[in-house]
Amino acid sequence: MFHIYCPYCEEHREEEEFHPKGQAHIARPEDPDACSDEAWGDYLFFRDNPRGIHHEMWLHAVGCRKFFNITRHTVSYEILETYKMGEQPTVGAEHLAREEKTAREGKTDSVQVAEGGQQAVGASDAALASVKGAQA
Amino acid sequence: MQRYSGFGLVKHALRHHEDWQRQWRNPTPKPGYDVIIVGGGGHGLATAYYLAKEHGITNVAVLEKGWLGGGNTARNTTIVRSNYLWDESAALYEHAMKHWEGLSQELNYNVMFSQRGVLNLGHTLQDMRDIQRRVNANRLNGIDGEVLDAEGVQSLVPIMDCSKRARYPVMGASWQPRAGVARHDAVAWGYARAADALGVDLLQNTEVTGFKIRDGRILGVHTNRGDIEAKTVGCVTAGNSSVLAGMAGLNLPLESHPLQALVSEPLKPVLDTVVMSNHVHGYISQSDKGDLVIGAGIDGYNGYGQRGSYPTVEHTLQAIVEMFPIFSRVRMNRQWGGIVDTCPDACPILSKTKVKGLYFNCGWGTGGFKATPGSGHVFAASLAKGEMHPIAAPFSIDRFHSGALIDEHGAAGVAH
Ligand SMILES: Cc1cc2nc3c(=O)[nH]c(=O)nc-3n(C[C@H](O)[C@H](O)[C@H](O)COP(=O)(O)OP(=O)(O)OC[C@H]3O[C@@H](n4cnc5c(N)ncnc54)[C@H](O)[C@@H]3O)c2cc1C
Ligand SMILES: [Zn+2]
Repeated sequence: MFHIYCPYCEEHREEEEFHPKGQAHIARPEDPDACSDEAWGDYLFFRDNPRGIHHEMWLHAVGCRKFFNITRHTVSYEILETYKMGEQPTVGAEHLAREEKTAREGKTDSVQVAEGGQQAVGASDAALASVKGAQA
Repeated sequence: MQRYSGFGLVKHALRHHEDWQRQWRNPTPKPGYDVIIVGGGGHGLATAYYLAKEHGITNVAVLEKGWLGGGNTARNTTIVRSNYLWDESAALYEHAMKHWEGLSQELNYNVMFSQRGVLNLGHTLQDMRDIQRRVNANRLNGIDGEVLDAEGVQSLVPIMDCSKRARYPVMGASWQPRAGVARHDAVAWGYARAADALGVDLLQNTEVTGFKIRDGRILGVHTNRGDIEAKTVGCVTAGNSSVLAGMAGLNLPLESHPLQALVSEPLKPVLDTVVMSNHVHGYISQSDKGDLVIGAGIDGYNGYGQRGSYPTVEHTLQAIVEMFPIFSRVRMNRQWGGIVDTCPDACPILSKTKVKGLYFNCGWGTGGFKATPGSGHVFAASLAKGEMHPIAAPFSIDRFHSGALIDEHGAAGVAH
């Protein structure tokens, strides 16, 4: 059960009072008629789906009925911050990576799980990637 | 492969069951394969099996980061039906249904497929109109279905509250007699054993951590057990598909959500069919062991945690008790969650990608168990030929840019 701080009510309330409403900070294309099919499809259907930090909109449905934003970890489900509409998050993926790094360096006996863990290989960086792959 | 039979059972009993053959090998990875399947759930294992069986491609590896079937395949509520509204999805799920009907024989493995029928209840006039439309569409596609009134429902399920006093009275239902349930882990094991027998390497505890791509072509994968080469790679990773796609620089229109299920203490046989209600939102069946198998909707937020929130459990049980007051004092034994990969139009993605040789089979969301044999069958054909199978073709990722969506939201009753 989440215990969520509503930035408008300025109180912690139970999850039951809220509804998740999906990814936050999606800007509607300024001129939809000028959009390519690609851009319009991306806007309508493609959402960030990270295994990690996620910025999302929630509705305080049976409270103040206002929308606001939450930064949440999608594996631990930890809520890292809540903030009003129109505001920007202060916690991001970079922030968390930094924290994890500090935590790791603090523990000298920990196994090295760092960079090898996730090798995100972009299609556009393909040539470069395969060189790296061949060396590994 | 040691074949299973009644006679074999007697023979092994005489030897105190001490020399059963292992169901599959535990091989070390080869440097390369013709085809790599990422994800050892039902869909991945079925794909590997049909590649070997129907296309003679046996130099295949299935890479599974955990254990076979440990994802959604052995976490679902095992409902199998094919009464979807649109032609494209009806073709896909009915293709699977035809495979289900002979699957235990085909795999020489008892998957306990039980065609006990599925009811999709209607509680409002609009529900009933949608049901009528869907059953008509099903019949035009050669899929069995009937529209029942409240009396018809009551005679099939005497323990359900079909009275006018219910808060949301049951007005009727769609009824698919050929639908039912199957034992989910047996499906994974059956495909695994049969694929292994044909030479497929099942590599467990092998996690894909990146792709080897050159000039827009797939060359292999990076794993925690080293690099493995292959010119054809199929990702069948359900809730983790967005993460895999990200490793290849691709974006999928998926969101990963927790979906929960629970089972009760075992009871004497009391419910011999599957009951689903979209409106009060819950569904239920009784397993052969006697426990009630219960599920409902996803947790609304994105999550990779394989667990969910308690309010969702509470809502689910409210719906069940609403339909079955008789179960109000049944105790629940276990509760768990899976990560479902939901797609904007509630239909799967079976597709090529911008990276040549890299394919995805995902987006099955809350309802892909029923499709396991059909999905594996058409995906294997697509990987073997390098062209999407005609049944799979409409499910290309291009539809989210062309607009040719296959909108099964609501149209297919509860989405499981
Ligand atoms: C609670 C619940 C109830 C459900 N009820 C029903 C139902 O009644 N009827 C129905 O039809 N469907 C139902 N579903 C949906 C159904 O379970 C899924 O659609 C289906 O099982 C998906 O099968 P799969 O083989 O694609 O995925 P999975 O079985 O999830 O397999 C994917 C595999 O990929 C592996 N993997 C992920 N990342 C990597 C990596 N990087 N490297 C290697 N391996 C990796 C995972 O470990 C996993 O084993 C339900 C799902 C849930 C969670
Ligand atoms: Zn509020």
